[in-house]
Amino acid sequence: MATKRRILVLGATSAIAERWCRLRAAAGDTLLLVARDGEKLTAIADDLKARGAGEVHTATEDLADTDGADGRFSGWVQTLGGVDIVFLAYGILGDQAEAQRDTDALLRGVQANFTSAIVWCELAARAFDLAGAGTLVGISSVAGDRGRRTNYAYGAAKAGLSTYLEGMAHRFAGTEITVVCVKPGFVATPMTAHIDGRDGPLWATPEQVAEDIEKAVEKKKPEIYTRWFWRFVMLIIRHLPRPIFNKMKI
Amino acid sequence: MSVRDDSGVLAWGRVHRGRHQVAEPATRGEVGAAVRETAAAGGTTLGHGLGRSYGDSGLNLGGGLVRTTGLDRLIAFDRETGLLRADAGVSLDAVLRVAVPTGWFVPVTPGTKFVTLGGAVANDVHGKNHHLAGSFGCHVSRFGLWRSDRGEIQCSVEDNADLFALTIGGLGLTGVITWVELRLERIASAMLDVENLPFDDLDGFFSLAERSESWPFTVAWVDTLARGAGLGRGIFSRGRWAQTGGLEPHRPGGPRLPVTPPGGLLNSVTVGAFNRLYRARPGARFHGRQHYDPFFYPLDRLRDWNRMYGPRGFYQWQCAVPVATMREATRTLLDTVAASGDASFLAVLKTFGDVPSPGVLSFPMPGATLALDFANRGQDTLSLLARLDRVVAEAGGRLYPAKDGRLPQAMFRAGFPRWTELEAARDPLLMSSFWRRMTEEA
Repeated sequence: MATKRRILVLGATSAIAERWCRLRAAAGDTLLLVARDGEKLTAIADDLKARGAGEVHTATEDLADTDGADGRFSGWVQTLGGVDIVFLAYGILGDQAEAQRDTDALLRGVQANFTSAIVWCELAARAFDLAGAGTLVGISSVAGDRGRRTNYAYGAAKAGLSTYLEGMAHRFAGTEITVVCVKPGFVATPMTAHIDGRDGPLWATPEQVAEDIEKAVEKKKPEIYTRWFWRFVMLIIRHLPRPIFNKMKI
Repeated sequence: MSVRDDSGVLAWGRVHRGRHQVAEPATRGEVGAAVRETAAAGGTTLGHGLGRSYGDSGLNLGGGLVRTTGLDRLIAFDRETGLLRADAGVSLDAVLRVAVPTGWFVPVTPGTKFVTLGGAVANDVHGKNHHLAGSFGCHVSRFGLWRSDRGEIQCSVEDNADLFALTIGGLGLTGVITWVELRLERIASAMLDVENLPFDDLDGFFSLAERSESWPFTVAWVDTLARGAGLGRGIFSRGRWAQTGGLEPHRPGGPRLPVTPPGGLLNSVTVGAFNRLYRARPGARFHGRQHYDPFFYPLDRLRDWNRMYGPRGFYQWQCAVPVATMREATRTLLDTVAASGDASFLAVLKTFGDVPSPGVLSFPMPGATLALDFANRGQDTLSLLARLDRVVAEAGGRLYPAKDGRLPQAMFRAGFPRWTELEAARDPLLMSSFWRRMTEEA
């Protein structure tokens, strides 16, 4: 891609977002990184500059908090001087058992993974609509494809996000605006550091996922599974007959 | 910081393996907590990068381990001067992908690009240009070190000079290295002009080495099964950076060895066949252009090549012997290997130069170095290595701690007489399986 792009990254400290930003930095793009952890954000910004990014701005903010969202969003776009790509990557995995017994935890998950996320998505859509072009990339999850006992609080919020992005892609079909819903399977990131067996065959590195996303953005695909085999894994899981599904501890 | 109980941490030789309490800091700011918590869980702890040390120097069996691969960010890169500062967990692979397209290369590289900057400092690694450029530490201007008694400090020739000198080659024991600043080397192209020259015996090697001193990169492969008049025959390879050819970095990936072959693939029959073919193939007389990736990193093409030796693993053994004794010692070493009938697949011979390292416990010395590897066949292999050790000791040489994982204590202490300084400067929370063996009282 020859032209330099202006990129807003929401949840820039996520391992997937960071690896994808490295690909964009090598191409000389300008980035604005938003996340809660200011120290990590600065380290990431330095890294992206060293890798060849144009300008790298940071904003230390909690994205689950949508107070004043319109003003904050337009401020970021102003800093960038316009926006070509919005990359939404933040989210919390949460703990299913905790969500079942603690209402606040349940709502925190939905607020982070769904409610706040669609607010930023809609603000991105408005900006792109005005400009007549743009790309929105949203990191959802294969967990949203079928509710399962081990993580349906997280899965339901991600299902909502997937459907929202799907609807947006439908809305902008045939225009210069692209919406990409990314459904990663198992990714070895700090978010999954507590899980054993992360070198197994179903696990991907954040670098691999970032490269898959980059290809999907280039090809303007509305939905990708990453790694690719998750499309088939989830196809099977979605179509498992209930008597079999109910016996599974997944 | 979560600390995980990992029962299967492996050294690259796959002989040494075992349980560690592991933490993976995601930022330099988390290193302190990772050290404290893994040390609390395991008694002591040790920084651990990509695990390419062959033996027990990168392990702390039964103790803690701080895996630094999450510290993978660059901090600053000046494209005008080639000065690069980066987290200690950044690999040479990652450095090259950023540096090569801008006309820079790492000043010294070992035979794999899958080592971290921290590991390169801690082992003061060397490469094909040692005879002119010295070791990795010669090109490091400063680094960050997290110590349990002082927190994160900066070390250079000016600041904390004693710790600077003891950390280069200090096997990760003076503290956990958090970041490294080094001076990269200018390149006009990612290609090298390469000449491969077969030689018929050891004298052939030494005369080629002498005549090739102006070539920045030299190394030789030796056929360890050759005996008698052909003893020490092999292929000498020399290269220099080309002035044209583009700045294309290497491509990531490469095939992996999917399983560990039960009996291993490398034995005296397969290695014997390989050696004959290797020396007879057209590439043995190759003169021409080669990309840096196959030139410096032929083994990186098959990830997990270490699994070729089968489930029992292998011993990599490497010595350095001084100029005065190098010819005689190399001959005796190769004689000993050939007489044993044991085959070494990777037998690498190179002359070291006299550029001094800033490191107190740096391995290279002016003279020659021979690296061998042997499938682990238990006692037979160990007694062969002991016979090789004796030759090195008599020649006044020493062994590379990053390698075999059974380096005898007396041999280490004789080769690195200043080891007591490292022990005195060691961070009390840090320890390795290797260092435990080297310091325990008989």
